[in-house]
Amino acid sequence: MSLAELICPAGTPAALRTAVDAGADAVYCGVQDATNARNFPGLNFTVEELTEAVAYAHTHGTKVLLALNTYPPAGKVDLWRQAADTGARIGVDAFIVADMGVADYIARTHPQVRLHLSVQAAASSPEAIRYYCENFGVKRVVLPRILTIPEIREIRKEIPCEIETFIFGNHGLMVEGRCSLTNYLTGQSTNMDGVCSPASDVEYIRDEATGEMSSCLGGFTIDRFGPQEMAGYPTICKGRYTAPHRPEGYYAFEEPVSLNLSRLLPELIGAGVHAFKIEGRQRSKSYVRNVVRAFRQAVDDIRAGREANIADLVALTEGQKQTMGAFETKKWR
Amino acid sequence: MKGKASSVAQPIAGADGNRVDLQHGRTPGNHENPMAGSAGWASRLPGHRGLARIACTMVQPLLTRTVRKIARNHTSLFARLGPYREADFLIDPVELPFALHLRPDPDNLTFCAVPRDAAPPVTATIQGPFMLLLQLIDADEDGDAAFFSRALTITGDTEAVVRLRNALDDVDGSIAEETAGLFGRPGQAILKRLRRSYHTENTGI
Amino acid sequence: MKLTLGPLAYHWNTEERRDFYARIADEAPVDEVYLGEVICSKRAPFFEREIPATMERLERAGKRVILSSLAEVMLKREREATAGLAEMDAPEIEINNAAGLYARQGRPHRIGPFMNAYNEATIAWMASQGATHICLPTELPAEAVAVAAQAARNLGLTVEMQVFGRASLAVSARCYHARSHGRTKDNCLFICEQDPDGMPLRTRDDKPILRINGIQTQSESYMDLLTESPRLGAMGVSHLRLMPQAVDMVGVARAFHDVISGVLDTAEAEDRLRGLCGATSFSNGFWYGTAGYRRIARAAEA
Repeated sequence: MSLAELICPAGTPAALRTAVDAGADAVYCGVQDATNARNFPGLNFTVEELTEAVAYAHTHGTKVLLALNTYPPAGKVDLWRQAADTGARIGVDAFIVADMGVADYIARTHPQVRLHLSVQAAASSPEAIRYYCENFGVKRVVLPRILTIPEIREIRKEIPCEIETFIFGNHGLMVEGRCSLTNYLTGQSTNMDGVCSPASDVEYIRDEATGEMSSCLGGFTIDRFGPQEMAGYPTICKGRYTAPHRPEGYYAFEEPVSLNLSRLLPELIGAGVHAFKIEGRQRSKSYVRNVVRAFRQAVDDIRAGREANIADLVALTEGQKQTMGAFETKKWR
Repeated sequence: MKGKASSVAQPIAGADGNRVDLQHGRTPGNHENPMAGSAGWASRLPGHRGLARIACTMVQPLLTRTVRKIARNHTSLFARLGPYREADFLIDPVELPFALHLRPDPDNLTFCAVPRDAAPPVTATIQGPFMLLLQLIDADEDGDAAFFSRALTITGDTEAVVRLRNALDDVDGSIAEETAGLFGRPGQAILKRLRRSYHTENTGI
Repeated sequence: MKLTLGPLAYHWNTEERRDFYARIADEAPVDEVYLGEVICSKRAPFFEREIPATMERLERAGKRVILSSLAEVMLKREREATAGLAEMDAPEIEINNAAGLYARQGRPHRIGPFMNAYNEATIAWMASQGATHICLPTELPAEAVAVAAQAARNLGLTVEMQVFGRASLAVSARCYHARSHGRTKDNCLFICEQDPDGMPLRTRDDKPILRINGIQTQSESYMDLLTESPRLGAMGVSHLRLMPQAVDMVGVARAFHDVISGVLDTAEAEDRLRGLCGATSFSNGFWYGTAGYRRIARAAEA
């Protein structure tokens, strides 16, 4: 396993080829159903597309990780098992899982394929991580975006597997895999259906008189933006609300902002992080190309002992704003 | 489309027998047309009735050729659109004298220039500067980023727009280049000039 | 079917808590009571002091007491608390984080609602590792509950489902109570104590939407599956969980008790429940596989 692998998103075959060409060490993707947490309309891979994508990636020395990182509701587990069987047959390099039942199935049925523990499993302590390592043979954990670098360093000392951390993209606020906010407003579940603020329930309403735009989810006004104000995703956790002592309306959870840890890469490597993950399977090829290129260059510079010079990626961030979130300071909490 | 723009247009579902049942019980086209009947809008945008109609007539053959070629070369695009193949999109480049009506139905492909005040009822509208829209089609620009920056405005059925975006994003190569290629060297020269002027306008260099 | 009182999610002060559990012990027709701080490890010391006395009080009244573990385990104190709980032989414990499963080393335990026991495969795995009882995720719809409950019963497990109270919709590492007052989690000064039923959030067009409880986000509505309770029983759900809210919980328990013991018809019991809960809206959308905040009328059930 090489140092500081770059793990890149691929929502479509074209995005996958873009990521591979831009220098991804591995790409992660999903099939077109609820078995992965980016089950968005028009996104993801058919079995045929996945087969071709794996061949393309492998030809270029890039690994393919298949996300099976949602929680099957009772009675529908077979869909997840079939996706795992398909992935194993096609020759994906690892499965990214969250559900214990799915992990157990893969560990028993496809022991030759690596298991990565998804951020959706929310394993944020050495004990939780060891539980998955010892019981399912997990080889890598994707850490929740809630830990500081010193905390990551401590965890690394106590676990028998590799660590992957997010370095760029959507800055999830809630503990992943424990969020039913979308389901509460839309009837579609992040955990069971793989959606977060599904487009089918999103509506943008523009007030022609004022130029204000409201973003609505399931009929609830999540936020309102002035004519020149930067916008974000229409997710509940990035909305503005009022509280009794905050009648003016405020970002109760987080502002529209993206994670960008480009400045912390050397420290993350120092803390024992094996792989850097770029979020954004729902984003365009353009995003993939620019972000992957920038981080490829940075990681190569660091590997060669040079100072990394990260291209400006702020234009691609939510709300055109970036943060280092919990990685930088405990005050984030 | 709700909001203050009053609309006289009827939802298309049912009206033309093209109702599509979706998994969540929604129907492409069940949104009112944000443009039709919105006098406030039309008057702010370029293209008065007479001029707009002439422009539409002139540009139409180009559009027809373009869209047929793209449909032939990129059949997987339609699979990603799913039921929204039968949806109607209004692509609205703010500085052009007309908007573009797209119905990406492989059996009855529609891509035509329409004066804003005569636009049909649509499922969703995508509005922004022409070159931005072109770059989005080519995946030169990130749609989410354009949306975050408010350069792009989306109204109507959001899923329709997301599907169209994802479908177009899976197309390799440049649709704009392909289109320009249809018209030989002059076409490519025009595209180059367009890009250069857009770049200058937006960066000052 | 048994009635249980879930772990108190809020930071009530010592007297409020003592009075509350004393009344539950004396008057509430619940069979089992979960105790312990599940949401915020900073609050835990306040509660822990009182637990032995509260436990004794409840057990004297014939209630079975189960200790619940933290939902989020990250900090040293959270890891230690979880490990400490897992060492106990009695009373029973409910585990809400995989760190607890690791520490328990296969000895018997209950699985809490934060453990994501969504399906029969996961339940079978958990049963093989010492789980004796499963509380299903709140958002699981009826058809999945039926399959999950049957699978669990076949493995000899008892099955629980929340039927009353605000739904836990999310937890975070960040404290939103502190944030709303311009503080951080580390200097929160326990501001959450001000909101014994959660801090209400409204949309900017003034629609009630969510409640903040420290690091937890809850539903604005109280989930209410009273009408559906007999169906839950028929599916194999053995325990119905009432989450403590700042209302007359003895009255709430009586309404549920009277329905499951066949003393009262559901319409009458619903009216009573409605009367106890002021202006708070009721919801059952999750159960019907629709938006959680929705209230689906009984007529739609057939």
